[in-house]
Amino acid sequence: MSAAQVTLRGVTKVFPAGAGGQSVHALGPIDFEIKKGEFFAVVGPSGCGKSTLLELIAGLTGPSEGVIEFEGRPIKNDIPDGVGVVFQEDACFSWLTVRDNVMFGLRNRDFGEEEKARRVAAVIAMMGLSDFVKTYPAQLSGGMRQRVCIARTIVAEPRLILLDEPFGALDQQTRLLMGDEVLRLWRETGATVFLITHALDEAAMLADRIAVMSARPGKIIDLVETQWPRERDSRIVERENFGALTSRLWKSLREESMKTMGRAGGA
Amino acid sequence: MTRVRLYQLAVVLAFVLALEGLCAVGVIDKITMPAPHIILRDFFRLLLEGRYFDEIGKSLANVLVAFALAFVVGAVTGTILHGYRTARDILDPLFATYYAIPVFAFYPLFIVMFGLGDGPQLLIGFLLGVVAVIVTTLNGLDRVPLVLKKTARVNRLGPLQTALRVTLPFCAPYLLTAAKLALAYAFIGVIGSEFIMARAGMGYEIGYAYTNFDNATMYPLILLILLLSILVNGLLSHWEKTLLARRGLA
Repeated sequence: MSAAQVTLRGVTKVFPAGAGGQSVHALGPIDFEIKKGEFFAVVGPSGCGKSTLLELIAGLTGPSEGVIEFEGRPIKNDIPDGVGVVFQEDACFSWLTVRDNVMFGLRNRDFGEEEKARRVAAVIAMMGLSDFVKTYPAQLSGGMRQRVCIARTIVAEPRLILLDEPFGALDQQTRLLMGDEVLRLWRETGATVFLITHALDEAAMLADRIAVMSARPGKIIDLVETQWPRERDSRIVERENFGALTSRLWKSLREESMKTMGRAGGA
Repeated sequence: MTRVRLYQLAVVLAFVLALEGLCAVGVIDKITMPAPHIILRDFFRLLLEGRYFDEIGKSLANVLVAFALAFVVGAVTGTILHGYRTARDILDPLFATYYAIPVFAFYPLFIVMFGLGDGPQLLIGFLLGVVAVIVTTLNGLDRVPLVLKKTARVNRLGPLQTALRVTLPFCAPYLLTAAKLALAYAFIGVIGSEFIMARAGMGYEIGYAYTNFDNATMYPLILLILLLSILVNGLLSHWEKTLLARRGLA
Protein backbone atom coordinates (compact mmCIF):
# COMPACT_ATOMS: atom_id res chain seq x y z
CA MET A 1 0.00 0.00 0.00
CA SER A 2 1.31 3.43 -0.84
CA ALA A 3 0.04 6.79 -2.11
CA ALA A 4 -3.60 7.88 -2.04
CA GLN A 5 -5.61 6.57 -4.98
CA VAL A 6 -8.83 8.30 -3.99
CA THR A 7 -8.96 11.61 -2.16
CA LEU A 8 -12.07 13.37 -0.82
CA ARG A 9 -11.70 16.96 0.38
CA GLY A 10 -14.61 18.84 1.92
CA VAL A 11 -17.14 16.73 0.03
CA THR A 12 -20.81 17.41 0.72
CA LYS A 13 -23.95 16.30 -1.04
CA VAL A 14 -27.21 18.19 -0.77
CA PHE A 15 -30.19 16.91 -2.71
CA PRO A 16 -32.29 19.83 -3.94
CA ALA A 17 -35.84 20.19 -2.71
CA GLY A 18 -38.56 18.42 -4.63
CA ALA A 19 -41.97 20.00 -5.26
CA GLY A 20 -42.99 21.63 -1.98
CA GLY A 21 -40.30 19.81 -0.01
CA GLN A 22 -37.03 20.76 1.67
CA SER A 23 -33.53 20.14 0.39
CA VAL A 24 -31.77 17.18 2.04
CA HIS A 25 -28.24 17.53 3.34
CA ALA A 26 -27.24 13.90 2.85
CA LEU A 27 -23.52 13.91 3.33
CA GLY A 28 -20.49 15.72 4.63
CA PRO A 29 -18.34 17.55 4.80
CA ILE A 30 -16.15 14.49 4.37
CA ASP A 31 -12.37 14.25 4.08
CA PHE A 32 -10.45 11.00 3.71
CA GLU A 33 -8.08 9.12 1.48
CA ILE A 34 -8.07 5.57 0.18
CA LYS A 35 -4.60 4.16 -0.37
CA LYS A 36 -3.71 2.26 -3.50
CA GLY A 37 -4.24 -1.47 -3.02
CA GLU A 38 -6.03 -1.27 0.32
CA PHE A 39 -9.35 -2.79 1.31
CA PHE A 40 -11.39 0.09 2.70
CA ALA A 41 -14.83 -0.38 4.24
CA VAL A 42 -17.47 2.11 5.32
CA VAL A 43 -20.11 1.30 7.93
CA GLY A 44 -22.88 3.54 9.15
CA PRO A 45 -26.51 3.69 10.20
CA SER A 46 -29.30 3.36 7.65
CA GLY A 47 -29.81 6.47 5.57
CA CYS A 48 -26.48 8.05 6.53
CA GLY A 49 -25.40 8.46 2.92
CA LYS A 50 -23.13 5.42 2.47
CA SER A 51 -24.45 4.61 -0.98
CA THR A 52 -24.39 8.31 -1.93
CA LEU A 53 -20.72 8.34 -0.96
CA LEU A 54 -20.07 5.35 -3.24
CA GLU A 55 -21.99 6.98 -6.10
CA LEU A 56 -19.91 10.14 -5.67
CA ILE A 57 -16.66 8.16 -5.94
CA ALA A 58 -18.08 6.20 -8.90
CA GLY A 59 -18.93 9.47 -10.67
CA LEU A 60 -22.60 8.49 -10.85
CA THR A 61 -23.46 11.78 -9.16
CA GLY A 62 -21.50 14.93 -8.48
CA PRO A 63 -20.72 16.53 -5.08
CA SER A 64 -22.48 19.73 -4.06
CA GLU A 65 -19.20 21.02 -2.65
CA GLY A 66 -15.65 19.75 -2.37
CA VAL A 67 -13.34 17.74 -4.57
CA ILE A 68 -13.04 14.01 -5.25
CA GLU A 69 -9.93 12.80 -7.02
CA PHE A 70 -9.13 9.41 -8.48
CA GLU A 71 -5.44 8.92 -9.17
CA GLY A 72 -4.93 12.68 -9.01
CA ARG A 73 -7.69 13.55 -11.48
CA PRO A 74 -10.92 15.14 -10.27
CA ILE A 75 -14.14 13.16 -10.70
CA LYS A 76 -16.82 15.48 -12.04
CA ASN A 77 -20.11 13.62 -12.43
CA ASP A 78 -18.46 11.28 -14.91
CA ILE A 79 -17.43 7.62 -14.56
CA PRO A 80 -13.62 7.56 -14.26
CA ASP A 81 -11.73 5.03 -16.34
CA GLY A 82 -10.43 2.20 -14.14
CA VAL A 83 -13.38 2.14 -11.71
CA GLY A 84 -15.77 -0.81 -11.45
CA VAL A 85 -18.94 -1.01 -9.36
CA VAL A 86 -20.85 -3.97 -7.93
CA PHE A 87 -24.31 -3.04 -6.66
CA GLN A 88 -26.40 -4.58 -3.90
CA GLU A 89 -29.35 -5.27 -6.20
CA ASP A 90 -29.29 -8.04 -8.78
CA ALA A 91 -27.72 -6.30 -11.78
CA CYS A 92 -27.41 -9.35 -14.02
CA PHE A 93 -28.88 -8.90 -17.48
CA SER A 94 -31.52 -11.61 -17.44
CA TRP A 95 -31.59 -11.91 -21.26
CA LEU A 96 -27.87 -12.69 -21.50
CA THR A 97 -26.06 -15.90 -20.60
CA VAL A 98 -23.40 -15.87 -17.89
CA ARG A 99 -20.70 -15.57 -20.55
CA ASP A 100 -22.44 -12.69 -22.33
CA ASN A 101 -23.05 -10.93 -19.02
CA VAL A 102 -19.35 -11.07 -18.24
CA MET A 103 -18.48 -10.10 -21.81
CA PHE A 104 -20.66 -7.01 -21.37
CA GLY A 105 -17.94 -5.55 -19.15
CA LEU A 106 -15.63 -5.48 -22.18
CA ARG A 107 -18.12 -4.15 -24.76
CA ASN A 108 -16.45 -0.78 -25.12
CA ARG A 109 -12.88 -2.01 -24.87
CA ASP A 110 -10.54 -2.01 -27.81
CA PHE A 111 -9.22 -5.57 -27.38
CA GLY A 112 -9.65 -8.03 -30.24
CA GLU A 113 -12.43 -10.63 -29.97
CA GLU A 114 -9.91 -13.35 -29.16
CA GLU A 115 -8.42 -11.36 -26.30
CA LYS A 116 -11.89 -10.57 -24.99
CA ALA A 117 -12.84 -14.26 -25.09
CA ARG A 118 -9.62 -15.18 -23.28
CA ARG A 119 -10.19 -12.62 -20.52
CA VAL A 120 -13.82 -13.61 -20.10
CA ALA A 121 -12.93 -17.30 -19.84
CA ALA A 122 -10.21 -16.54 -17.28
CA VAL A 123 -12.51 -14.45 -15.07
CA ILE A 124 -15.34 -16.98 -15.35
CA ALA A 125 -12.92 -19.69 -14.21
CA MET A 126 -11.64 -17.46 -11.39
CA MET A 127 -15.20 -16.99 -10.14
CA GLY A 128 -16.00 -20.71 -10.37
CA LEU A 129 -18.62 -20.22 -13.06
CA SER A 130 -17.07 -22.34 -15.81
CA ASP A 131 -19.89 -24.90 -15.71
CA PHE A 132 -22.49 -22.18 -16.19
CA VAL A 133 -21.24 -20.17 -19.17
CA LYS A 134 -24.36 -20.84 -21.23
CA THR A 135 -26.74 -20.59 -18.28
CA TYR A 136 -29.14 -17.67 -17.89
CA PRO A 137 -29.10 -15.77 -14.55
CA ALA A 138 -32.64 -16.88 -13.67
CA GLN A 139 -31.31 -20.43 -13.34
CA LEU A 140 -28.65 -19.40 -10.80
CA SER A 141 -28.82 -18.79 -7.04
CA GLY A 142 -28.57 -15.26 -5.62
CA GLY A 143 -24.95 -15.84 -4.62
CA MET A 144 -24.00 -17.07 -8.07
CA ARG A 145 -25.74 -14.15 -9.76
CA GLN A 146 -23.74 -11.79 -7.56
CA ARG A 147 -20.60 -13.65 -8.63
CA VAL A 148 -21.58 -13.00 -12.26
CA CYS A 149 -21.87 -9.28 -11.45
CA ILE A 150 -18.47 -9.32 -9.75
CA ALA A 151 -17.00 -11.17 -12.76
CA ARG A 152 -18.47 -8.57 -15.13
CA THR A 153 -16.82 -5.85 -13.06
CA ILE A 154 -13.37 -7.39 -12.66
CA VAL A 155 -13.09 -8.55 -16.28
CA ALA A 156 -12.42 -4.92 -17.19
CA GLU A 157 -9.49 -5.03 -14.72
CA PRO A 158 -10.51 -1.95 -12.71
CA ARG A 159 -7.92 -0.42 -10.44
CA LEU A 160 -10.64 0.54 -7.97
CA ILE A 161 -13.57 -1.78 -7.21
CA LEU A 162 -16.56 -0.22 -5.46
CA LEU A 163 -18.84 -2.68 -3.68
CA ASP A 164 -22.23 -1.35 -2.55
CA GLU A 165 -23.49 -3.85 0.04
CA PRO A 166 -22.90 -6.63 -2.49
CA PHE A 167 -23.89 -9.41 -0.10
CA GLY A 168 -26.89 -7.66 1.41
CA ALA A 169 -29.40 -10.05 -0.15
CA LEU A 170 -27.48 -13.23 0.69
CA ASP A 171 -27.73 -15.61 3.66
CA GLN A 172 -25.02 -15.57 6.35
CA GLN A 173 -23.09 -18.64 5.15
CA THR A 174 -23.05 -17.43 1.56
CA ARG A 175 -21.94 -14.00 2.74
CA LEU A 176 -18.94 -15.50 4.55
CA LEU A 177 -17.98 -17.54 1.51
CA MET A 178 -18.47 -14.58 -0.83
CA GLY A 179 -16.29 -12.58 1.55
CA ASP A 180 -13.54 -15.16 1.03
CA GLU A 181 -14.01 -14.83 -2.74
CA VAL A 182 -13.70 -11.06 -2.58
CA LEU A 183 -10.58 -11.27 -0.41
CA ARG A 184 -9.04 -13.71 -2.92
CA LEU A 185 -9.91 -11.43 -5.83
CA TRP A 186 -8.52 -8.43 -4.00
CA ARG A 187 -5.21 -10.23 -3.52
CA GLU A 188 -5.08 -11.69 -7.04
CA THR A 189 -6.04 -8.51 -8.92
CA GLY A 190 -4.13 -6.06 -6.74
CA ALA A 191 -7.04 -3.63 -7.09
CA THR A 192 -8.15 -1.24 -4.37
CA VAL A 193 -11.51 -2.24 -2.88
CA PHE A 194 -14.03 0.19 -1.38
CA LEU A 195 -16.83 -1.65 0.42
CA ILE A 196 -20.06 -0.18 1.71
CA THR A 197 -21.79 -2.41 4.24
CA HIS A 198 -24.14 -2.23 7.18
CA ALA A 199 -22.69 -5.47 8.64
CA LEU A 200 -20.00 -4.68 11.21
CA ASP A 201 -18.59 -8.23 11.20
CA GLU A 202 -18.32 -8.16 7.42
CA ALA A 203 -16.38 -4.89 7.51
CA ALA A 204 -14.19 -6.19 10.34
CA MET A 205 -13.46 -9.43 8.48
CA LEU A 206 -12.68 -7.91 5.08
CA ALA A 207 -11.15 -4.48 5.49
CA ASP A 208 -7.74 -3.04 6.23
CA ARG A 209 -9.37 0.20 7.36
CA ILE A 210 -12.95 0.92 8.34
CA ALA A 211 -14.58 4.33 8.31
CA VAL A 212 -17.56 4.74 10.63
CA MET A 213 -20.16 7.25 9.49
CA SER A 214 -22.50 9.34 11.59
CA ALA A 215 -26.24 9.62 11.12
CA ARG A 216 -27.39 11.98 8.34
CA PRO A 217 -25.71 14.18 7.24
CA GLY A 218 -23.09 11.42 7.11
CA LYS A 219 -19.60 12.34 8.32
CA ILE A 220 -16.63 10.16 9.21
CA ILE A 221 -16.64 9.87 13.01
CA ASP A 222 -14.06 7.10 13.41
CA LEU A 223 -11.39 5.46 11.30
CA VAL A 224 -10.33 2.01 12.48
CA GLU A 225 -7.26 0.07 11.29
CA THR A 226 -7.79 -3.68 11.54
CA GLN A 227 -4.12 -4.62 11.06
CA TRP A 228 -5.05 -7.97 9.57
CA PRO A 229 -2.47 -9.74 7.38
CA ARG A 230 -3.09 -9.51 3.62
CA GLU A 231 -3.41 -13.31 3.48
CA ARG A 232 -6.67 -13.81 5.31
CA ASP A 233 -10.08 -15.38 4.95
CA SER A 234 -13.35 -15.73 6.86
CA ARG A 235 -11.65 -17.81 9.57
CA ILE A 236 -10.30 -14.52 10.88
CA VAL A 237 -13.57 -14.24 12.81
CA GLU A 238 -12.16 -16.89 15.18
CA ARG A 239 -9.39 -14.54 16.31
CA GLU A 240 -9.65 -13.15 19.80
CA ASN A 241 -9.31 -9.51 18.75
CA PHE A 242 -12.07 -9.85 16.13
CA GLY A 243 -14.67 -9.43 18.86
CA ALA A 244 -12.86 -6.39 20.24
CA LEU A 245 -12.80 -4.86 16.77
CA THR A 246 -16.53 -5.30 16.14
CA SER A 247 -17.20 -4.01 19.67
CA ARG A 248 -15.24 -0.86 18.92
CA LEU A 249 -17.17 -0.37 15.71
CA TRP A 250 -20.46 -0.83 17.51
CA LYS A 251 -19.40 1.58 20.25
CA SER A 252 -18.80 4.26 17.64
CA LEU A 253 -21.97 3.44 15.80
CA ARG A 254 -24.49 2.76 18.55
CA GLU A 255 -25.39 6.34 19.33
CA GLU A 256 -25.61 7.23 15.66
CA SER A 257 -27.90 4.28 14.99
CA MET A 258 -30.10 5.35 17.89
CA LYS A 259 -30.31 8.85 16.42
CA THR A 260 -31.50 7.31 13.15
CA MET A 261 -34.07 5.19 14.95
CA GLY A 262 -35.26 8.22 16.91
CA ARG A 263 -35.59 10.15 13.68
CA ALA A 264 -37.51 7.26 12.09
CA GLY A 265 -39.72 6.98 15.15
CA GLY A 266 -40.53 10.65 15.04
CA ALA A 267 -41.32 10.67 11.35
CA MET B 1 -48.48 -32.12 -25.01
CA THR B 2 -49.52 -30.69 -21.63
CA ARG B 3 -52.82 -31.45 -19.96
CA VAL B 4 -53.96 -27.84 -20.36
CA ARG B 5 -53.21 -28.00 -24.09
CA LEU B 6 -55.24 -31.22 -24.33
CA TYR B 7 -58.18 -29.56 -22.58
CA GLN B 8 -57.93 -26.57 -24.92
CA LEU B 9 -58.04 -28.89 -27.93
CA ALA B 10 -60.94 -30.78 -26.38
CA VAL B 11 -62.94 -27.54 -25.95
CA VAL B 12 -62.36 -26.56 -29.59
CA LEU B 13 -63.24 -30.08 -30.78
CA ALA B 14 -66.40 -30.11 -28.62
CA PHE B 15 -67.45 -26.76 -30.09
CA VAL B 16 -66.92 -28.00 -33.65
CA LEU B 17 -68.80 -31.25 -32.91
CA ALA B 18 -71.67 -29.26 -31.36
CA LEU B 19 -71.87 -27.10 -34.50
CA GLU B 20 -71.74 -30.25 -36.63
CA GLY B 21 -74.61 -31.74 -34.62
CA LEU B 22 -76.71 -28.55 -34.73
CA CYS B 23 -76.24 -28.38 -38.51
CA ALA B 24 -77.05 -32.07 -38.94
CA VAL B 25 -80.37 -31.85 -37.03
CA GLY B 26 -81.31 -28.61 -38.80
CA VAL B 27 -81.16 -26.22 -35.81
CA ILE B 28 -78.71 -24.21 -37.92
CA ASP B 29 -79.95 -24.15 -41.51
CA LYS B 30 -77.66 -24.49 -44.53
CA ILE B 31 -78.23 -20.91 -45.67
CA THR B 32 -77.07 -19.53 -42.34
CA MET B 33 -74.06 -21.77 -41.98
CA PRO B 34 -72.85 -24.97 -43.63
CA ALA B 35 -71.68 -27.83 -41.39
CA PRO B 36 -68.03 -27.53 -40.24
CA HIS B 37 -66.93 -30.49 -42.42
CA ILE B 38 -68.40 -28.72 -45.50
CA ILE B 39 -66.58 -25.49 -44.55
CA LEU B 40 -63.35 -27.47 -44.19
CA ARG B 41 -63.87 -29.15 -47.57
CA ASP B 42 -64.54 -25.75 -49.22
CA PHE B 43 -61.53 -24.31 -47.42
CA PHE B 44 -59.14 -26.88 -48.93
CA ARG B 45 -60.81 -26.57 -52.33
CA LEU B 46 -60.36 -22.80 -52.20
CA LEU B 47 -56.70 -23.23 -51.32
CA LEU B 48 -56.10 -25.88 -54.02
CA GLU B 49 -57.80 -23.80 -56.70
CA GLY B 50 -55.75 -20.78 -55.67
CA ARG B 51 -58.70 -18.61 -56.65
CA TYR B 52 -58.21 -15.98 -53.96
CA PHE B 53 -54.45 -16.03 -53.61
CA ASP B 54 -54.16 -12.47 -54.96
CA GLU B 55 -56.80 -11.24 -52.52
CA ILE B 56 -55.19 -13.10 -49.63
CA GLY B 57 -51.75 -11.77 -50.59
CA LYS B 58 -53.03 -8.21 -50.85
CA SER B 59 -54.76 -8.31 -47.45
CA LEU B 60 -51.81 -9.97 -45.74
CA ALA B 61 -49.39 -7.47 -47.26
CA ASN B 62 -51.55 -4.60 -45.95
CA VAL B 63 -51.82 -6.25 -42.53
CA LEU B 64 -48.04 -6.62 -42.47
CA VAL B 65 -47.41 -3.00 -43.47
CA ALA B 66 -49.97 -1.65 -40.95
CA PHE B 67 -48.47 -3.87 -38.24
CA ALA B 68 -44.88 -2.86 -39.03
CA LEU B 69 -45.79 0.85 -39.09
CA ALA B 70 -47.74 0.64 -35.82
CA PHE B 71 -44.99 -1.36 -34.12
CA VAL B 72 -42.00 0.70 -35.25
CA VAL B 73 -43.68 4.11 -34.84
CA GLY B 74 -45.21 3.02 -31.51
CA ALA B 75 -41.99 1.60 -30.06
CA VAL B 76 -39.89 4.59 -31.16
CA THR B 77 -42.51 7.09 -29.93
CA GLY B 78 -42.80 5.22 -26.62
CA THR B 79 -39.02 5.24 -26.18
CA ILE B 80 -38.76 8.96 -26.96
CA LEU B 81 -41.77 9.88 -24.77
CA HIS B 82 -40.22 7.96 -21.87
CA GLY B 83 -37.42 10.52 -21.80
CA TYR B 84 -39.76 13.54 -21.83
CA ARG B 85 -41.95 13.57 -18.74
CA THR B 86 -43.90 16.71 -19.68
CA ALA B 87 -44.78 15.46 -23.17
CA ARG B 88 -45.89 12.19 -21.64
CA ASP B 89 -48.06 13.94 -19.05
CA ILE B 90 -49.68 15.98 -21.81
CA LEU B 91 -50.42 12.88 -23.92
CA ASP B 92 -51.47 10.56 -21.10
CA PRO B 93 -55.18 11.56 -21.18
CA LEU B 94 -55.23 10.88 -24.94
CA PHE B 95 -53.71 7.42 -24.41
CA ALA B 96 -56.19 6.69 -21.60
CA THR B 97 -59.24 7.53 -23.72
CA TYR B 98 -57.92 6.59 -27.15
CA TYR B 99 -59.72 3.26 -27.41
CA ALA B 100 -63.03 4.92 -26.65
CA ILE B 101 -62.70 6.62 -30.05
CA PRO B 102 -64.28 4.56 -32.86
CA VAL B 103 -61.42 4.82 -35.38
CA PHE B 104 -63.58 3.19 -38.07
CA ALA B 105 -65.81 6.28 -37.98
CA PHE B 106 -62.99 8.15 -39.71
CA TYR B 107 -62.79 5.61 -42.55
CA PRO B 108 -65.08 7.60 -44.91
CA LEU B 109 -62.98 10.70 -44.24
CA PHE B 110 -59.78 8.77 -45.04
CA ILE B 111 -61.37 7.53 -48.29
CA VAL B 112 -62.19 11.10 -49.24
CA MET B 113 -58.63 12.13 -48.37
CA PHE B 114 -56.68 9.20 -49.82
CA GLY B 115 -59.05 7.52 -52.28
CA LEU B 116 -60.34 3.96 -52.36
CA GLY B 117 -56.88 2.36 -52.42
CA ASP B 118 -54.78 0.74 -49.71
CA GLY B 119 -54.02 4.01 -47.90
CA PRO B 120 -57.18 4.30 -45.76
CA GLN B 121 -57.00 0.62 -44.76
CA LEU B 122 -53.36 0.92 -43.76
CA LEU B 123 -54.16 4.06 -41.80
CA ILE B 124 -57.00 2.39 -39.90
CA GLY B 125 -54.80 -0.65 -39.11
CA PHE B 126 -51.98 1.64 -38.03
CA LEU B 127 -54.16 3.93 -35.90
CA LEU B 128 -55.79 1.02 -34.12
CA GLY B 129 -52.44 -0.50 -33.14
CA VAL B 130 -50.02 2.37 -32.61
CA VAL B 131 -51.26 3.62 -29.23
CA ALA B 132 -51.34 0.09 -27.80
CA VAL B 133 -47.66 -0.21 -28.78
CA ILE B 134 -46.78 3.20 -27.30
CA VAL B 135 -48.50 2.41 -23.98
CA THR B 136 -46.99 -1.09 -23.74
CA THR B 137 -43.51 0.24 -24.57
CA LEU B 138 -43.84 2.93 -21.89
CA ASN B 139 -45.06 0.30 -19.45
CA GLY B 140 -41.97 -1.84 -20.13
CA LEU B 141 -39.55 1.07 -19.91
CA ASP B 142 -41.06 2.15 -16.58
CA ARG B 143 -40.09 -1.24 -15.19
CA VAL B 144 -36.39 -1.16 -16.10
CA PRO B 145 -34.61 -1.43 -12.74
CA LEU B 146 -32.49 1.61 -11.84
CA VAL B 147 -29.56 -0.69 -11.09
CA LEU B 148 -29.44 -1.80 -14.75
CA LYS B 149 -29.29 1.82 -15.90
CA LYS B 150 -26.51 2.47 -13.37
CA THR B 151 -24.68 -0.60 -14.64
CA ALA B 152 -24.92 0.78 -18.17
CA ARG B 153 -23.45 4.09 -16.99
CA VAL B 154 -20.65 2.38 -15.08
CA ASN B 155 -19.85 0.48 -18.28
CA ARG B 156 -19.68 3.84 -20.06
CA LEU B 157 -22.61 3.27 -22.40
CA GLY B 158 -24.12 6.34 -24.06
CA PRO B 159 -27.90 6.93 -24.23
CA LEU B 160 -28.32 5.11 -27.57
CA GLN B 161 -26.17 2.14 -26.50
CA THR B 162 -28.07 2.00 -23.19
CA ALA B 163 -31.36 1.88 -25.09
CA LEU B 164 -30.17 -0.78 -27.53
CA ARG B 165 -28.24 -2.97 -25.11
CA VAL B 166 -30.05 -2.56 -21.80
CA THR B 167 -33.47 -0.94 -21.71
CA LEU B 168 -34.97 -2.32 -24.92
CA PRO B 169 -33.67 -5.89 -24.34
CA PHE B 170 -35.13 -5.69 -20.82
CA CYS B 171 -38.44 -4.62 -22.40
CA ALA B 172 -38.43 -7.42 -25.01
CA PRO B 173 -41.36 -9.31 -23.41
CA TYR B 174 -43.36 -6.05 -23.31
CA LEU B 175 -42.46 -5.34 -26.93
CA LEU B 176 -43.67 -8.82 -27.88
CA THR B 177 -46.96 -8.11 -26.14
CA ALA B 178 -47.07 -4.86 -28.10
CA ALA B 179 -46.38 -6.78 -31.31
CA LYS B 180 -49.24 -9.18 -30.56
CA LEU B 181 -51.62 -6.27 -29.99
CA ALA B 182 -50.42 -4.40 -33.08
CA LEU B 183 -50.87 -7.51 -35.20
CA ALA B 184 -54.37 -8.19 -33.89
CA TYR B 185 -55.35 -4.56 -34.48
CA ALA B 186 -53.78 -4.60 -37.96
CA PHE B 187 -55.93 -7.63 -38.87
CA ILE B 188 -59.04 -5.97 -37.46
CA GLY B 189 -58.30 -2.63 -39.12
CA VAL B 190 -57.37 -3.89 -42.58
CA ILE B 191 -59.92 -6.70 -42.95
CA GLY B 192 -62.64 -4.59 -41.33
CA SER B 193 -61.94 -1.66 -43.66
CA GLU B 194 -61.98 -3.95 -46.71
CA PHE B 195 -65.29 -5.29 -45.50
CA ILE B 196 -66.82 -1.79 -45.25
CA MET B 197 -65.56 -0.36 -48.53
CA ALA B 198 -62.77 -1.53 -50.81
CA ARG B 199 -62.09 -2.82 -54.30
CA ALA B 200 -60.19 -5.95 -53.32
CA GLY B 201 -58.89 -8.00 -50.40
CA MET B 202 -60.15 -10.79 -48.16
CA GLY B 203 -62.57 -8.51 -46.29
CA TYR B 204 -63.99 -7.30 -49.60
CA GLU B 205 -64.42 -10.90 -50.84
CA ILE B 206 -66.11 -11.94 -47.60
CA GLY B 207 -68.49 -8.99 -47.90
CA TYR B 208 -69.17 -9.76 -51.56
CA ALA B 209 -69.80 -13.44 -50.79
CA TYR B 210 -72.07 -12.44 -47.91
CA THR B 211 -74.30 -10.24 -50.08
CA ASN B 212 -74.50 -13.04 -52.69
CA PHE B 213 -75.23 -15.85 -50.20
CA ASP B 214 -72.00 -17.52 -51.32
CA ASN B 215 -71.31 -19.54 -48.18
CA ALA B 216 -68.81 -21.75 -50.01
CA THR B 217 -66.52 -18.70 -50.24
CA MET B 218 -67.43 -16.68 -47.17
CA TYR B 219 -66.91 -19.30 -44.47
CA PRO B 220 -63.61 -20.70 -45.81
CA LEU B 221 -62.23 -17.14 -46.00
CA ILE B 222 -63.39 -16.43 -42.43
CA LEU B 223 -61.75 -19.70 -41.38
CA LEU B 224 -58.54 -18.68 -43.15
CA ILE B 225 -58.43 -15.33 -41.32
CA LEU B 226 -59.07 -17.12 -38.04
CA LEU B 227 -56.32 -19.67 -38.66
CA LEU B 228 -53.82 -17.03 -39.80
CA SER B 229 -54.33 -14.77 -36.79
CA ILE B 230 -54.25 -17.74 -34.39
CA LEU B 231 -51.08 -19.07 -36.04
CA VAL B 232 -49.19 -15.76 -35.94
CA ASN B 233 -50.35 -14.94 -32.42
CA GLY B 234 -49.45 -18.47 -31.34
CA LEU B 235 -45.93 -18.05 -32.71
CA LEU B 236 -45.51 -14.70 -30.94
CA SER B 237 -46.91 -16.16 -27.71
CA HIS B 238 -44.48 -19.08 -27.95
CA TRP B 239 -41.61 -16.65 -28.44
CA GLU B 240 -42.83 -14.54 -25.51
CA LYS B 241 -43.06 -17.64 -23.32
CA THR B 242 -39.51 -18.67 -24.23
CA LEU B 243 -38.23 -15.19 -23.35
CA LEU B 244 -40.08 -15.14 -20.04
CA ALA B 245 -38.91 -18.66 -19.14
CA ARG B 246 -35.30 -17.65 -19.85
CA ARG B 247 -35.77 -14.76 -17.42
CA GLY B 248 -37.41 -16.95 -14.79
CA LEU B 249 -40.73 -15.14 -15.22
CA ALA B 250 -42.83 -17.85 -16.91
